[in-house]
Amino acid sequence: MAFRQYRIGSIMFGVALGTSMMVTIFFPSIDMSKVEATKYALQYMLMYGRESAFAYEDPFLEGKGKPITVVLSKDPKTGQPLAEKVTAYVYKPGTPFPSPLVHEGKLGDKIEQASADLGKYKQATEAQGAVFLVRETKDGTPYIENATATRGWTPEATLAAADQQFYAGAGRTMFIREGCWWCHTLLPEQTKDWQTFGRPPVIGDFNGTSPTTFGSDRKAPDLFHVGSRNSSREWMTLHFFNPRLVQPHSIMPRYDYLWYTGVKDKAKAKQLQEYIKRWDKEYLAYARGERVYPPEVPEPPADSDARKLIDFVLTLK
Amino acid sequence: MLKYLFAREEDIPQGSAAIYAGVSAIAWFIIGAGLGSFNAAKLAFPDWWHGYYSLQFGHMRQVHVHAVIFGWIVLAFVASSFYIVPTLGNTKLWSEKLGIWNVLLWNVGLALALALLWTGITSGREYSDHIWPIDLYIAFFMAVPWAANVWLTILNRRTQGIYTTNWFFAGSTFMTIIVFLIGNLPEWFHLTGLNEAYMTWWFAHNVLGLLITPVAAAITYYIIPKITGNPLYSHRVGHLHFWSIVVFYSTPAAHHLMSAPLPEWLKSFASVEGVLILVPAIAYVTNILLTMQGKWRMFVENVEVKFTITGVLLAIPLNFQGGFQQTRAINWYIHGTGWIVAHAHLALLGFSTFAEAAAVYYGLQVLTGRKLWSYSLANFHFWMLLIGFSLYWISMTIAGLIQGAGKIYQVPYIDVVIAEHPYMIVRWLGGTLVFLGNIIWLWNMYMTVKEGTPVPEGRQPHELAYER
Repeated sequence: MAFRQYRIGSIMFGVALGTSMMVTIFFPSIDMSKVEATKYALQYMLMYGRESAFAYEDPFLEGKGKPITVVLSKDPKTGQPLAEKVTAYVYKPGTPFPSPLVHEGKLGDKIEQASADLGKYKQATEAQGAVFLVRETKDGTPYIENATATRGWTPEATLAAADQQFYAGAGRTMFIREGCWWCHTLLPEQTKDWQTFGRPPVIGDFNGTSPTTFGSDRKAPDLFHVGSRNSSREWMTLHFFNPRLVQPHSIMPRYDYLWYTGVKDKAKAKQLQEYIKRWDKEYLAYARGERVYPPEVPEPPADSDARKLIDFVLTLK
Repeated sequence: MLKYLFAREEDIPQGSAAIYAGVSAIAWFIIGAGLGSFNAAKLAFPDWWHGYYSLQFGHMRQVHVHAVIFGWIVLAFVASSFYIVPTLGNTKLWSEKLGIWNVLLWNVGLALALALLWTGITSGREYSDHIWPIDLYIAFFMAVPWAANVWLTILNRRTQGIYTTNWFFAGSTFMTIIVFLIGNLPEWFHLTGLNEAYMTWWFAHNVLGLLITPVAAAITYYIIPKITGNPLYSHRVGHLHFWSIVVFYSTPAAHHLMSAPLPEWLKSFASVEGVLILVPAIAYVTNILLTMQGKWRMFVENVEVKFTITGVLLAIPLNFQGGFQQTRAINWYIHGTGWIVAHAHLALLGFSTFAEAAAVYYGLQVLTGRKLWSYSLANFHFWMLLIGFSLYWISMTIAGLIQGAGKIYQVPYIDVVIAEHPYMIVRWLGGTLVFLGNIIWLWNMYMTVKEGTPVPEGRQPHELAYER
């Protein structure tokens, strides 16, 4: 008998696997690539920047090369008060844009048309930076406005005129680096979750966001809309420093070390690190009645990783 | 082993690569289970070891997952393939030298990959957490050399046909490389949104379905007939198993995202295909259990058969959970809860680990020519694994049902955390038993190589009586 070649088997294997790839990769990706973005997708994408995990501009996940979200009540160019508060996404020169701003066909034809005609988004360049807004046309189509081109708002002037600055883009990197998403999902489910955790996302809500980090193993509340449930920066600060201060039964780790990571002033970082080391002892002394007051929870420095993470969580509306 | 890195191929004793891989796999299993136990302790007692950047739960969870998957599960597959594939082809491994290099690159690469994950440098995608340079390393320095050795050994076989086990080894190594390269496309091409989310879970599903489950099954197709002396019950049912894996197991990836906003047709399609996973599952389990006919005494008396058949029996609840928990009727209740964590451990710590442990036990005895040093310690290891796993599985299933109820009845989340606390402690105990059992195992294998009774030429280790 001849040595068996398994020709038919090999061909069948190729056909079976090829068909499977066709049905599970090719068809779904065609379908999902045609999904039209929602207004929320534009907001998330502009808030978080190109990529929240490992990337060329940020290989060590320090939150580099990310946009800053600002709230404006006056026009950065003229200084005139605005009719209502405006949220703007500031890309300093050199900050990479999210991929739908660079590659066409990722947001849906109507949105891209409106963004090009009304919003002039194609005039923005990464080298010069830009300030973006999310607007709606009269018929309700959301679009991206490049305010640097349409209104002359430069990134520097916009940051200077801002009422509030949120490092939400850098904070989302912290959310991924610190593994928050191993317990806190970012996906209210379509069953009954919407009553507790808010509106479940719909099909166009994620165009431009990467990675999506829905989370798979929910050991803690969903955070997709947490900023709407709890917008207190003080509560968040206490909770990140030691969750047991505000929720005695919490099993969340303490993130007190984020108070000094990312801080550029080394002396200040060192000082905070030493204070945090003492904190436990002082707190236990307070618990035993040997101190009148518990030790302070320090304010996170403006460039600390804790501040970025708190900004991200507060902007999850 | 390292002295063979630059030796001539003919100077390297046969089986060296398999021994190196097997011992490395056991060591990684100890590390992975230890990390798992440490993580579980943190979920029960969050202030234990706090204040250290690198010992934070969020930094260690994925290190446990990848230490176990790459270090134990897949490296034990490599070890098994390095002696089973040549034996079934009545030939030598194509290259022992490549095999030894492969295992060295595996250990070094995995240590580097885990160190990066530990510091938080990640792609942020579950199960494909590694950053893309590491993905390329895994594909071309870990997976491709392994696959090349398997394929070329099969091509150089001195048997006419190919036995069931080797279909799976050849097919799975091939499919794994394809899955790995396609599954990491989102990082290479900066895909976003639903494409990224779907590809993440497409990868996670297929790496389990086309590598871990079928290769674990392939190993049992070898061990049971070899040790019991019974021929495989049915070659044809084996065919059904193999082809239905390729056709049905490669399609239901979207069922991992049943509550995410994917296109509905995709979720429905995936859910139906997901139930069809029962076809290969039932074919496989019946085939192995019927092979045991007349030899059920060995389930009690023989360590390798005991491990293997326990794994096969655990595949029954595994596949019934897997087939039905992803349907819309059930998924809405248990999605994202501890039930799924329990199910994942049933697949990896239950079915696969028991099947592979048998192959590593058997392989190290055959390759070193030594009878297992202590039967009692092997039994002790078996019960530590089984009790540890059962505690884990049962406690996490209950915790998952509590979470599900909390989700459906909108209980304030903190009450769910309080209700789960006792089960978190049990889960930690279970993981610790697995960790301790594996230390005993490594000791037993070390003593086997050093002081085990030599197996005479032409005899099988299980034909000899135990001396301890």
